[in-house]
Amino acid sequence: MLGRTASSLFWMSRYHERAQNVTRLLEVGFRGAIISHSGQEDGTHWTFALSCSGCEKDFAQKYDELNLRNVASFMIFSKDNSDSVRHCLELARNNARAVRTSITAELWEAVNTTWIEFNEVNPQTITQEKLPDFLAWVNQRSHLFRGALLNTVLRDDGYFFSQMGNFVERADNTARILNTQYWTLLPDSDIVEDGSVERYQWSAILRALAGRRSYRFAYPNARLKAFNIAEFLILRTEMPRSLAHCYDWIADTAEDLAQFYGSREPSLDLAAEISRELSEMQMREIYQQGLHEFLTEFVGKNNQFAQQLSEDYNFA
Amino acid sequence: MADERTFFNEMLEETGEPRQAYARLAQWLEDKPANFLTKKSRDAEMVFRRLGITFAVYGAQEATERLIPFDPIPRIISAAEWRRLSAGIDQRVRALNAFLHDIYHRQEILRAGRIPADLILQNEAFLPEMAGFTPARKVYAHIIGTDLVRVSENEFYVLEDNTRTPSGVSYMMENRETMMRLFPELFQSHRVAPVEQYPENLRQTLESVAPDPAKSNQTIVVLTPGIYNSAYFEHAFLADSMGVELVEGRDLFVDSGKVFMRTTRAPKQVDVIYRRIDDAFLDPLTFNADSMLGVPGLFDAYRAGSVTICNAPGTGIADDKAIYAYVPDIIEFYTGQKPILNNVPTWNCSRPDDLAYVLDNLEDIVVKEVHGSGGYGMLIGPTASKREIAEFRRVLEANPSNYIAQPTLALSACPTHVASGVAPRHVDLRPYVLIGDQVRITPGGLTRVALKKGSLVVNSSQGGGTKDTWVLED
Repeated sequence: MLGRTASSLFWMSRYHERAQNVTRLLEVGFRGAIISHSGQEDGTHWTFALSCSGCEKDFAQKYDELNLRNVASFMIFSKDNSDSVRHCLELARNNARAVRTSITAELWEAVNTTWIEFNEVNPQTITQEKLPDFLAWVNQRSHLFRGALLNTVLRDDGYFFSQMGNFVERADNTARILNTQYWTLLPDSDIVEDGSVERYQWSAILRALAGRRSYRFAYPNARLKAFNIAEFLILRTEMPRSLAHCYDWIADTAEDLAQFYGSREPSLDLAAEISRELSEMQMREIYQQGLHEFLTEFVGKNNQFAQQLSEDYNFA
Repeated sequence: MADERTFFNEMLEETGEPRQAYARLAQWLEDKPANFLTKKSRDAEMVFRRLGITFAVYGAQEATERLIPFDPIPRIISAAEWRRLSAGIDQRVRALNAFLHDIYHRQEILRAGRIPADLILQNEAFLPEMAGFTPARKVYAHIIGTDLVRVSENEFYVLEDNTRTPSGVSYMMENRETMMRLFPELFQSHRVAPVEQYPENLRQTLESVAPDPAKSNQTIVVLTPGIYNSAYFEHAFLADSMGVELVEGRDLFVDSGKVFMRTTRAPKQVDVIYRRIDDAFLDPLTFNADSMLGVPGLFDAYRAGSVTICNAPGTGIADDKAIYAYVPDIIEFYTGQKPILNNVPTWNCSRPDDLAYVLDNLEDIVVKEVHGSGGYGMLIGPTASKREIAEFRRVLEANPSNYIAQPTLALSACPTHVASGVAPRHVDLRPYVLIGDQVRITPGGLTRVALKKGSLVVNSSQGGGTKDTWVLED
């Protein structure tokens, strides 16, 4: 397989995953906007979405007012925002197109039709009433992409690189969201009142990571609690967006790749190491080390892994 | 505008009765309800778009990927007609390859005075770098698309030979697939010669001209300029259907005189490159130094015989419009036979007599740039306005050797789905020919159709569409 092909498959998956993650942040922001209660400043709920996706400053430079129309326009449709849904879907599609010969017709149709239909949407028509359905549609299209990947693609190197892209992006997203809000997840935040800002943030974090319901199942008797939420999203492997879960996948995929090629590269060892660290780690140790420090270090390691992977396999 | 009564109608006799090959189709068209084709056209368009069968349009903003309009009514060619056409094409492509070998070696045809030496040696399409080099099996142009037009029952003309990188073959394949999906019953009632063997034939052809044809596992690649090229879909399609890698220049490198591709593991040596980029961009060390698309050192590796490039660099001289007029001589010179297919009579504006005639008759003829393509930079006298003619006259007088001229041909017409129902529209035909260990011609080819009433311009960049082309078997 060409190094460039491996790279395109990796990024195709990464961008599709990113599109979905941005969408979920917007869903959280939207929810906040419609149930915002008195006392909260208008627009603060949008700050959560903007800061988690790391584009707060860019937004502030372009828009004066923090409102639904501006945020949606920037995070969904903007051509200038490199993390907008539009940009992610376009790049996912361009990468897929560059490796059209290495992916199945089903996967190509999922990516291509998503982009075509997205591109046909007039941003002016996505009003407050239409926004939830539209976001849900993008989300569904992302699931379709994952489904086509899982169900139709040959289990060869191309599949492994696609999976790597997906979980590197997911791990990065989870770690960044936690890190943006880390102060609400410190153990002493547990003594909070119902209806406080922290509670709102906790539930926003869980929603942004599609874990609000599953949290209840993972901690059947527990109420929302900073310690548990952090543990759930960092260390619990059964949570599909937790860091531990992502690195379970990455480490398994690394094993598959080593077997497929009959040789181990440094990136594969790095994946195994990160995965092992996460599986041996306790939440208490993370708090002792400092949650913010831990997450910052994790984002760095995750990047380092992606970088090493691209060097080991000649991504162009 | 061409007189509506003077063109050859491929479906109907002058009496209005359908010709034999079209009898069943004519009946079928008559039996279908009025909006049937409209609905089928819409279905077809949706399939094309979802599959990404698009071409890029230069200069257009936003919607840079477009669909070529697809006409759902097939064009039919009888077995006897096809036998004659394919014999003529076979003769022509063999002669053109002999010509290429000759002008890059002993230049017998120039010594014999059959073609003015300057016309070759001063031609931009002639590559001195190819002199003395002999490609595998002496084949230069491995993939050719011969553009034909029909003007009467038995008269076909060759418009262009397209010996560089002819495109459109993926549309031939996809049109057929789409038709089989849309109208299975029509296929049951006709014996249509298949086209699906094309990718396999292409692969056989490429393998047969590899540096070491005995090697069991040839590494073949399709070299594309990338996803923004207008024919990118086709490049991907061909690589996919042959089961080979689709590479860009940056995926290849030359080391110790051999060409390799960068893979996720060890570099892999490449034996045959089916390139879909122009000569000038192949190798920045030999040709255009600014080329970002090519592979430094590729041409040296090619001349050293470690890799085959298809088509060979320098084949453009064989489809140069200034050489075109000499192709009948070329055929006679190398085959000793009369040409089976006609050339369109051509005035070479670099000749004073020809130029004078052309200037006197601009209203009636077609003038083309020698190096132009895609229907740009040309004048179609009968449909041009007085002002356009006057402007073109100035351009032509300023640089006559840049132009050739031909009479306006009454292109044949085929039944086509239009807003008002079914009506005749003018068509041309591009059959695809592969030349390697043998000459393989896929029955049929790509029919392009001018969708505007009376129009003679079939180019997709100028509003033309395509049709599936059926060669009937006996």
